[in-house]
Amino acid sequence: MQLVTPAIGLVFWMLVTFSLLLVILKKFAWKPILASIREREQTIEDSLSLAEKTKADMIRLQGENESLLAEARKERDALLKEAREMRDKIVGDAKATADEEAKKLLTRAQDEIEKQKAAAIDELKREVSVLSVQIAEKLMQQQLENNQEQQAIIEKQLSQLN
Amino acid sequence: MGHKKGMPNFSKTFTTSSFRKSFVTAVFSAFFAVSVWASRDSVASDHGVTTAVSTHEVTIANHEGADAHSAAAHADAHGAEASLKEEKFAPGKMIMDHIADAHDWHLWGEGHGSVSIPLPVILYTESKGLTVFSSARFEHGHAAYEGFKLTEKGKVTWEQEGNTEAIYDISLTKNVVAMLIAVLTILIITLGMAKSYTKNKGKAPKGFHNLVEPLILFIRDDVAKRSIGHKTDKFMPLLLTIFSFIFVNNVFGLIPIFPGGANVTGNIAITMVLALVIFLTVNLNGNKYYWKHIFLPDVPVWMYVIIIPIEVLGVVLKPFVLMLRLFANITAGHIIILGFFSLIFIFGAMNQALGYAVSPLSVAFTVFMGLLEMLVAFLQAFVFTLLSAIYIGMAVEEHHH
Repeated sequence: MQLVTPAIGLVFWMLVTFSLLLVILKKFAWKPILASIREREQTIEDSLSLAEKTKADMIRLQGENESLLAEARKERDALLKEAREMRDKIVGDAKATADEEAKKLLTRAQDEIEKQKAAAIDELKREVSVLSVQIAEKLMQQQLENNQEQQAIIEKQLSQLN
Repeated sequence: MGHKKGMPNFSKTFTTSSFRKSFVTAVFSAFFAVSVWASRDSVASDHGVTTAVSTHEVTIANHEGADAHSAAAHADAHGAEASLKEEKFAPGKMIMDHIADAHDWHLWGEGHGSVSIPLPVILYTESKGLTVFSSARFEHGHAAYEGFKLTEKGKVTWEQEGNTEAIYDISLTKNVVAMLIAVLTILIITLGMAKSYTKNKGKAPKGFHNLVEPLILFIRDDVAKRSIGHKTDKFMPLLLTIFSFIFVNNVFGLIPIFPGGANVTGNIAITMVLALVIFLTVNLNGNKYYWKHIFLPDVPVWMYVIIIPIEVLGVVLKPFVLMLRLFANITAGHIIILGFFSLIFIFGAMNQALGYAVSPLSVAFTVFMGLLEMLVAFLQAFVFTLLSAIYIGMAVEEHHH
């Protein structure tokens, strides 16, 4: 059977050719091709995971932004509130001070009035005593004849003065 | 390990895939061996009849022996002289000539009008050393040169009868040249690819490489990774080389004109070397589990008598079957296509009109077979690579019991 008898020459050339082919292809074709395919796959995988990561980052950032915004809003509200409180306080303080001042003024005025009144009363008393002395003088001049009566009047006057 | 425990173990072993595979391959090989032996016998006994495995020698014997018959048949039409010139069409010889190796590359024509490319004949003999000359010196077997002659079977022998000195024929035959052309094609494609890949690192492939890359990925992901696992990278260059070698040679074999048409992957020498490469790869990379599976399988000790020979046989049979499968598939494809074509001439020889009538049918069948062979060209390259990967995978697989 020629068909199933391997020819020595063909076996020889096949061995030589195939070995060379294997060595050449391994070194110069399959290694670089497989390496670059692997590299490309790695690049694609990396890009995809990077995209995924970026997306997650975006979502996170968005959330962060929102929370930041909310915080800022809260802070603004707090500031506003504080300002309002401050204003109220200032206004209140001013009012209190004004009231106190007014009260003080009032007291002083009253004191002054009292003093004036007291002075006026003293003046009046002095006037009255002078007047009464004058009256007494006149009375005395008139009724000195009646000694007894005079004595009584003087005593009465004196007791009244005391 | 008692006998009671042994029996279920036996049935378990019989159902394991490797055992079954060995068993099937053993049966298949036995069948093949018997059929080869039987067919040789039948050819030997039917020497006078020009049938499927006819040789040139047989045809000539037939021609001379049936001279009277042939002359009588053609006398009315062409006369005796014409009948001598016109050789009777022998499909068996034609087909065998096409699928066998040759020292020259036949292009077209028959007999003295044939045109062929002479190829270098390289012979090594102890007495003469290395002898190199063109195969044209043989004049298609009609002339001897430097003491050598070409037999009708296409073999180089001594011109002198009875000289038994061995001739080592390492000629660049049709198959060698066809193989070199295919190898050159592979080199041009893959080296160009490697160059453009290193140049355009990380970018998508372009043009023709788009067609080749899926094949590489297919071999890597669907063939190698599934069979070998994490040790794939080590065997990728071998598997890719084997796949591309078989595939390109298969495809070239389907091209009927010059650079193609040779039956390279349908030649037993080629498939033998390929199988040898796989045999060596598998057994040189086999780990302790692989060898333990062969020499210390998990079966009762008394079973070793049966199992070990089968396992040892399986080591040889696996590559042997790889060799036969590729050879048989590709050769069969060539034979069928040539056979359909031969029908035209067989019927034409009976009656010219019948020949014309048969030809459309024959062409239709040949086209169909050609398409089928294109599938087979890929399929056989794939199957060879897949089985190689599986065998390698079985040899390097780590077991964790």
